[in-house]
Amino acid sequence: MTVIINDEGLSTPEKEITYERADTLNKATCALDISADQDLNALSDYLETLTLIRIEFASFADGRGFSLARILRLMGFSGHLRAYGHVISDQYAMARRSGFDDVEVSKALATRQPEAEWLFRSNWSAHDYQTRLRKSA
Amino acid sequence: MPRPIFDQIITANALLAGDVVYFTAADTWTRDMQKAEVFSDEAIAQVRLIEAMAQANVIVGAYLMPIQHTKDGHAPTHFREEVRTKGPSNYAHGKQEQSHV
Amino acid sequence: MYKYNDFDHAFVTSRNAQFREQVNRRISGALSEDEFKPLRLMNGLYLQLHAYMLRVAIPYGTLNSAQMRQLAMIADRWDKGYGHFTTRQNIQFNWTKLQDVPDILDALAEVEMHAIQTSGNTIRNVTADHFAGAAADEIVDPRIYAELIRQWSTDHPEFQFLPRKFKVAVTGAKQDRAVIHAHDIGLQIIEQNCILGMRVIIGGGLGRTPMIGKVIREFVAMDDILPYLESVVSVWNLLGRRDNKYKARIKITIHENGIDEFSRLVDERFALIRPSFQGFDQTLLSEFSDAFIAPKFQRFDLSAFDARYQGDPNFRSWVDTNITAHKQADYAIATISLKSHGETPGDASSAQMRRIADLAETYSYDELRISHEQNIVMPHVQKAHLPDVYDALRAIGLATGNIGLISDIIACPGMDYCALATARSIPIAQNIATHFDALKLEHDIGPLKIKISGCINACGHHHVGHIGILGLDRAGIENYQIMLGGDGTETPAIGERTGPGFGADEVIPAIERLIHFYLNERLAPSETFLECYRRLGLGPFKTALYETEQSKARANAA
Repeated sequence: MTVIINDEGLSTPEKEITYERADTLNKATCALDISADQDLNALSDYLETLTLIRIEFASFADGRGFSLARILRLMGFSGHLRAYGHVISDQYAMARRSGFDDVEVSKALATRQPEAEWLFRSNWSAHDYQTRLRKSA
Repeated sequence: MPRPIFDQIITANALLAGDVVYFTAADTWTRDMQKAEVFSDEAIAQVRLIEAMAQANVIVGAYLMPIQHTKDGHAPTHFREEVRTKGPSNYAHGKQEQSHV
Repeated sequence: MYKYNDFDHAFVTSRNAQFREQVNRRISGALSEDEFKPLRLMNGLYLQLHAYMLRVAIPYGTLNSAQMRQLAMIADRWDKGYGHFTTRQNIQFNWTKLQDVPDILDALAEVEMHAIQTSGNTIRNVTADHFAGAAADEIVDPRIYAELIRQWSTDHPEFQFLPRKFKVAVTGAKQDRAVIHAHDIGLQIIEQNCILGMRVIIGGGLGRTPMIGKVIREFVAMDDILPYLESVVSVWNLLGRRDNKYKARIKITIHENGIDEFSRLVDERFALIRPSFQGFDQTLLSEFSDAFIAPKFQRFDLSAFDARYQGDPNFRSWVDTNITAHKQADYAIATISLKSHGETPGDASSAQMRRIADLAETYSYDELRISHEQNIVMPHVQKAHLPDVYDALRAIGLATGNIGLISDIIACPGMDYCALATARSIPIAQNIATHFDALKLEHDIGPLKIKISGCINACGHHHVGHIGILGLDRAGIENYQIMLGGDGTETPAIGERTGPGFGADEVIPAIERLIHFYLNERLAPSETFLECYRRLGLGPFKTALYETEQSKARANAA
């Protein structure tokens, strides 16, 4: 069982989503699961047809997923981006700022890190040096 | 399991104060190495280490350290543990400071 | 000096509130130690041998008197009345308690300071030439750009869980005082066709596998510099090894992939990232330039200075050794040595910090610098005031005239404090300084950099010492390897290992053999130790080092 976290708080996934892996990726694929070592150039032809990409965090200490999300956004992916696995509430702002829409974690992790801890970081668009440095002159 | 060359005790750092502590037979933590539980048997030591590590709300980084028996009680065998037992060599701070008070 | 704006203040306040929560959650058990550790490290908090150690950033080494006084207050209130200045322009408090740290961070925020990204697998505190803004050989003050990089790297969402730490240093001068060739990225500000930009050096670093950085780009224009840095770190974040922390630094990534391939990937990423920077970073740069504008320098009557210089040999010696030429002739850059013979390199008591703050306020336009060589710099002192400064420093035991000499030793905290250390460094440094001071030889020996690390991670920069000393644990006994010929300046070199190590009590005699050999062999007193070494090579120095019967036997056996 997993839990979805976004700016509004915690929720249970409404329906079962079938994710495909990159090796079976085709133009009909809607939802894709990738791991942190995925070569993003291999996805470039499918970014317009994919609606959901879920990036796996095997460990919260492995920050590759944040750069993958950022690069996918810069490559033009406008669908839904989900961080999945060992992500802690302290990383919620990083995930959102990198381009993720939400985070999916195990029920056990959500029990240990309850909703209030995630909501504490839901003001992720405030105090952000990156947005500030990038805006137009 | 073969008997290790040295007897061992369990040491860690206190979560809040960060200072050096030792595990006692009563499942508590002491600042005084002489009050630590001493293990001659490696298997028992390993079991007790798991129990000590489970107290993650009071300590950080528990491990087994070898000791030798001297006329003043047990003492570290390695200079790293000597430094942890006394404090730094450039100032009389740490445990050496407390023992003077 | 740069002043926090509302944005900076609000950022640090919210960050401190987050850390306070994280500490509470660690204590309550909501965060495991494994999860808490990277969070405390990215806020500068280590758990060392005896206590928590808080490492506070001194961005590009610049401090004002109010900040120095606050550091003294923190030392008294929450530590043991002193602080330790480090080789990366930080200050460390060795004796803090976990539950006090949120309050310490709030006290730092009151004077526009923080401990963010002084540790962890993040982009660390950006360092700069400690003579920035005062040096005669500078194109432009590098702190303007270091501040921009500080803001860019602070809380960067992609780069808080990198493969390993990432260190950036900037200089605006020809002479390299910021060790830019031994950083993950070293930046040298240069001018090309009347446009300011940076030469980008990549993949330098000391530690287990020391490497001198390579130039990846001869020139990156200033408006491209943030997207270029971001491209480098983004490529490394994905490519850097995460299976082995000893192979995770960017120097290894570049070594394994080749600089050409790495550079190609960076260019590809740069094409993607560059359009996302729409220009406000350049607007900020012009604001920062105003903040770092040099004081209005004047001309002064120097007769009092000249008279004291002629009449007082102690003062003259201090001036000759600790004063560097300022870009304005009637001013001086005064370096306050934190290497009094026998004291701990880099340590200052709270009383000393307060007195230095007073001196900065009175004599140096309220500015101080911390050098990576663990000394304190007063960047803009009128020469006419040097006698007063010298007298005031003498009264607090800080008028040691040894900058750049054998007792001006860089030493990491070593096993007296550090959980990673394999041997002590501080007592070795203390003994070398005391020994050569007693011999009254150090001025005769001349420029010589000894650098000591207590483990292979090389915080003491031993690879770039003219004499480098590395403390190791050999079967439960402290053992010290000696290397020779390292250089951390614009003529960089990694020192060469001489051979088998020495026991703690054998180090001083070993150094003394090297020094006597040098004094006998040098062509003239003007030939420095390093020049002499470069002329003769390792061989004869090695022979001199191992010439005792006992160590000869050991060298043969090894």
